[in-house]
Amino acid sequence: MTSARRIEDLLRELAPQVLGALLRRYGQFDSAEEAVQEAMLAAAVQWPTEGLPDNPRGWLITVASRRLADQLRSESARRRREESVAAMVSPADALSPAADEDRVENRDDTLTLLVLCCHPALSGPSQVALTLRAVGGLTTGEIARAFLVPEATMAQRISRAKQRIKSSGGEFRMPEEQEMASRMTAVLQVLYLIFNEGYTSSSGTDLTRSDLTWEAIRLTRIVHRLLPDDGEVAGLLALMLLTEARRPARTSPDGALIPLAEQDRRRWNTGYLAEGLALISQTLSSRAIGTFALQAAIAAVHDEAPTAGDTDWAQIVALYELLEQRAPSPVVRLNHAVAVGMAQGPQAGLRMLATLNADGALDGHHRLFAVRAHLLELAGDPTAARTDYLQAARATNSLPEKRYLETRAARLFGNSAGQ
Amino acid sequence: MKYMLLIYNNPVAMAEMTEEERNGIYTQVDTIMKALTESGELLGGEALADPSTAKTVRVRGGAEAITDGPFAEAKEQFAGYLTVDCETEARAVQIAASWPDAKYSAMEVRAVLDPAGMEM
Repeated sequence: MTSARRIEDLLRELAPQVLGALLRRYGQFDSAEEAVQEAMLAAAVQWPTEGLPDNPRGWLITVASRRLADQLRSESARRRREESVAAMVSPADALSPAADEDRVENRDDTLTLLVLCCHPALSGPSQVALTLRAVGGLTTGEIARAFLVPEATMAQRISRAKQRIKSSGGEFRMPEEQEMASRMTAVLQVLYLIFNEGYTSSSGTDLTRSDLTWEAIRLTRIVHRLLPDDGEVAGLLALMLLTEARRPARTSPDGALIPLAEQDRRRWNTGYLAEGLALISQTLSSRAIGTFALQAAIAAVHDEAPTAGDTDWAQIVALYELLEQRAPSPVVRLNHAVAVGMAQGPQAGLRMLATLNADGALDGHHRLFAVRAHLLELAGDPTAARTDYLQAARATNSLPEKRYLETRAARLFGNSAGQ
Repeated sequence: MKYMLLIYNNPVAMAEMTEEERNGIYTQVDTIMKALTESGELLGGEALADPSTAKTVRVRGGAEAITDGPFAEAKEQFAGYLTVDCETEARAVQIAASWPDAKYSAMEVRAVLDPAGMEM
């Protein structure tokens, strides 16, 4: 018996390959993508009862090609294209789908498709939605549930994204070399967004949303397999693994956030931890170091400490200095200030924060208040810390963060009342 | 980012509008709703019945006290809402500004709390 889970995994892996094969033959991103979803649905219904076909990939390409021809045939407005596509889908072509394609080509399709879905003409949320559907093989309903929006909204977003790719001349081919770097940056950014969407929403109960971390890791693994020498891809995968490893400890049973310093490290996932640590140490020693690799290195220093007190903050400060040189941003500087506060004392951290305050980039940002509150608490100023925790709680748009910050403030109030 | 756009209007002033003015508002609302649906930003929304039909419910000392009419006695009343998912707060404000009630009364833009959060 073929288990439903195994079939689903197989389908999700084959989805971008099948779509790639269709796109190379017929173009028509919008219709081809619909046809692949329908073929996957047919497979999900038939395979569990009838068993796997001898060539699952060929089966899917055949079924999807027929659906594509049907689709185009039924749209009278597209009559002219219908004839050419119907002619292209010859029975012989449909029945011997895999013969002309070797494995290398299949694998390249997944990457080409990722690059297409992360087209610069699309907004971030559209890139994410389209990637999950066309490359991840998720249904619109699954994506909608993961992002807590109505299915109709997500369907509209995906269809609009496909139209926009078409109207901006996006093609199913690898970009020129000089364009490749920026397109890959966009791909990695989208994969990281998907990961974070799942990771930050995981409270142990909401499995639908936290599946997104699994999906992001799965897709990043594929990219890493295709581009093993790319240090940023390896860095991103390591960063995801080292972050995901902490997931079992990041929330309490009631969903409340537990900061890194208070997490029960015995609950960390040792498999992910070992894999992430091996990957990042190999990456740092052999490849050009990029921003994802640096962030992974920082995560690794945290994860390697047996207790929060053992954290090598001096090393984290050094890594943030490098990160600030490579990719300066107010958020990086904020985290840098935390590290400085931990390594050199809270006053040093607060002095660094003051420079951030001065340039105003994080004005009113809850993280700025939260970090200052934390440093003020360490510096022994509970009154000022409390004001900042409450300010942070008002400024955040996240429910669990709000609760966490209010708890921190209340805890201080308890302390200061006892003094 | 998800935002709720709270629509406030003055039921008395609305009742005094000419049919033409009212139809103009409905047309504008239809146009905005259609555009938001097409852009994939609209999540939902509802219009509320007249505030005079409201019941305000309070429980004090375990006893329910129910009064007719809205919670706040104000000229401008909460009349409905729409929820949108857009990239920036500025975009949410822009949508609110295009809504006809912004011209007569006011629209309030409030971020919806995200159930996701980052440990700090």
